[in-house]
Amino acid sequence: MTLASHPGLWLIAAAALLPLLGGRLRGAAALAAPLAALAFAWQLEAGVHWRAGFLGMELAPFAVDALSRLFAMIFALMAFAGALFALNQPRRLELSAAFLYAGAAIGVALAGDLVTVFVWWEVMAIGSTLVLWSAATPQAYRASMRYLMVHLFGGMLLFIGVAAQVAATGTTAFEPMALAGPAQALILAAFLVNAGAWPLSAWLPDAYPEASWSGMVFLSAFTTKTAVYVLLRGFPGTELLVYVGLVMVFYGIVYALLENDMRRILAYSIVNQVGFMVTGIGIGTELALNGAAAHAFTHILYKALLLMSAGAVLYATGRRRCTDLGGLFRTMPLTAACGIVGALAISSFPLTSGFVSKSMITQAAGDEHLFAVWLALAAASAGVFLHAGIKFPWFVFFQKDSGLRPPDPPWNMRAAMLLLAALCIGLGIFYEPLYRLLPYTVDYAPYTGFHVVAQLQLLLFSGLAFFVMLGWLRRTLTVTLDADWLYRVLAPGVVAVLGRALGRAMAVAGALTAGAGARIGAHAQRLYGPHGPLARTWPAGAMGLGVMGMLLALLLSYYLL
Amino acid sequence: MSEHWLVRPRTIRRLWRVFIAILALTVLAGGVVDAHPHFAIEGLSGFNALYGFLACAALILVAKAIGLVLKRPDDYYDDDAR
Repeated sequence: MTLASHPGLWLIAAAALLPLLGGRLRGAAALAAPLAALAFAWQLEAGVHWRAGFLGMELAPFAVDALSRLFAMIFALMAFAGALFALNQPRRLELSAAFLYAGAAIGVALAGDLVTVFVWWEVMAIGSTLVLWSAATPQAYRASMRYLMVHLFGGMLLFIGVAAQVAATGTTAFEPMALAGPAQALILAAFLVNAGAWPLSAWLPDAYPEASWSGMVFLSAFTTKTAVYVLLRGFPGTELLVYVGLVMVFYGIVYALLENDMRRILAYSIVNQVGFMVTGIGIGTELALNGAAAHAFTHILYKALLLMSAGAVLYATGRRRCTDLGGLFRTMPLTAACGIVGALAISSFPLTSGFVSKSMITQAAGDEHLFAVWLALAAASAGVFLHAGIKFPWFVFFQKDSGLRPPDPPWNMRAAMLLLAALCIGLGIFYEPLYRLLPYTVDYAPYTGFHVVAQLQLLLFSGLAFFVMLGWLRRTLTVTLDADWLYRVLAPGVVAVLGRALGRAMAVAGALTAGAGARIGAHAQRLYGPHGPLARTWPAGAMGLGVMGMLLALLLSYYLL
Repeated sequence: MSEHWLVRPRTIRRLWRVFIAILALTVLAGGVVDAHPHFAIEGLSGFNALYGFLACAALILVAKAIGLVLKRPDDYYDDDAR
């Protein structure tokens, strides 16, 4: 197959071309490239399309099955919606960086071997860091450096793991792995770093919200969902993932509840949503894996919609804190409406895309009679409505009147939000096309009266809890310490303390030894100097006496011993 | 500029009434639909309503408790600039 048949390469070619174009041509290319990628992803046929040899290893840089096609399609679709939203972004680096990033994500999805996965994995880290850089603020730069460190660390884990795996098995094939030894453990750890699994999750709410108003829309889509894809392919049914996922789910909710920055609320809710997918992968039945894949697909759309809505607010007001916002529904009705659609979808309200995907994971937990897991997922579903479904629109668009009267954003941003809002509702009603794209045959009906009523009870009473306990949720001008405190405060603090201790030790040692050199010099001068006893000229007679004394001592010792 | 109709106290009182009516309806509907629970507890009428409310109340309390320990002023990290 030719180069042009790989959807990811379309985006990377566009990334290289965009800086050379200007005006309408640039806009047209920015929209056409992801559409071409989407069309090629749609047409992909199952099988290994490219083979290559590298250092004696058999590589399959372009391999397709239902799962990889699903992710290639959603990544291309997301690149299109994001490009439409970002058309009026004056920082031109950003879209190129985002296309490199999206193209690399498609590269991972279409990689048939672990070596190719690793290469695209690192390109993704570079692309996403460039997206952060294009925000061009000092905060974004510092956050991007912390972000890059975490991801290069993850990349290193992946490299060691893949090398060990290839050495042990003799094959580079990317297939389901059992968690049998350090090689698989390292690969799993690297995947989980990108998934945002606790405790290495703090990079996500630390870095993403520092991106520009359009940058975070791209960032939310690719890294964590590529991690979901590789976990789906590499570690389905690994029980550990059930617990990792549940921790992510509740960590995301609790931190989002405490958060004041609207985009950090949404960042924590990415961790929460990926937690549902990771739990589904851990359950590992066909229904659960289908649910995780479908949820990744729908999640990309509604999370991007939420972040576009937040991005439009940031674009219009320059503010991110809930304490500064409120009452914006008056002059930004479209942004508010689209934000609410995204909020309903993330909460899995019936008739939205989240409902038809997440309910598969909950159902799978029930089918497997995992009572505790099922109870936790149900509580978490209610919690999603609490922390993202109501909290985000309430504090940004309603709450109090902040006095701000910004208008809705320009046409391209409105169009992107409307497109995603339509998809969120469309997929909630016409879910069959999505179900047909899933890796396994779907035998599941989301809309039974029982499912719908149970979900509505769960969500609406969660809403009741929100408004009854609103006083407890009042926003304060605070941040909540997360695991990044360890490397932002504790580690530099320890280094500073050690540095000061070392400095003091050096000072004491210096004081003790001060003048020592001079004293040694003076002593040598006294002994060996022009008038020193050991260097002065002695008379020959004294010399002869000395030698005789020594001979006498020798003679005596000879007789005595 | 007059107050937006949506934020008038009268509208808010009405919205609360509608909301409570909907809540009651969802609980009543639970008795009508054909149940196929996985677990005995799921079949109890109003289980999801009560569970959703209590789960959220518990999450808010847990968040509050964690916040007491881990909350800092939002310029906490501002001096890590270098």
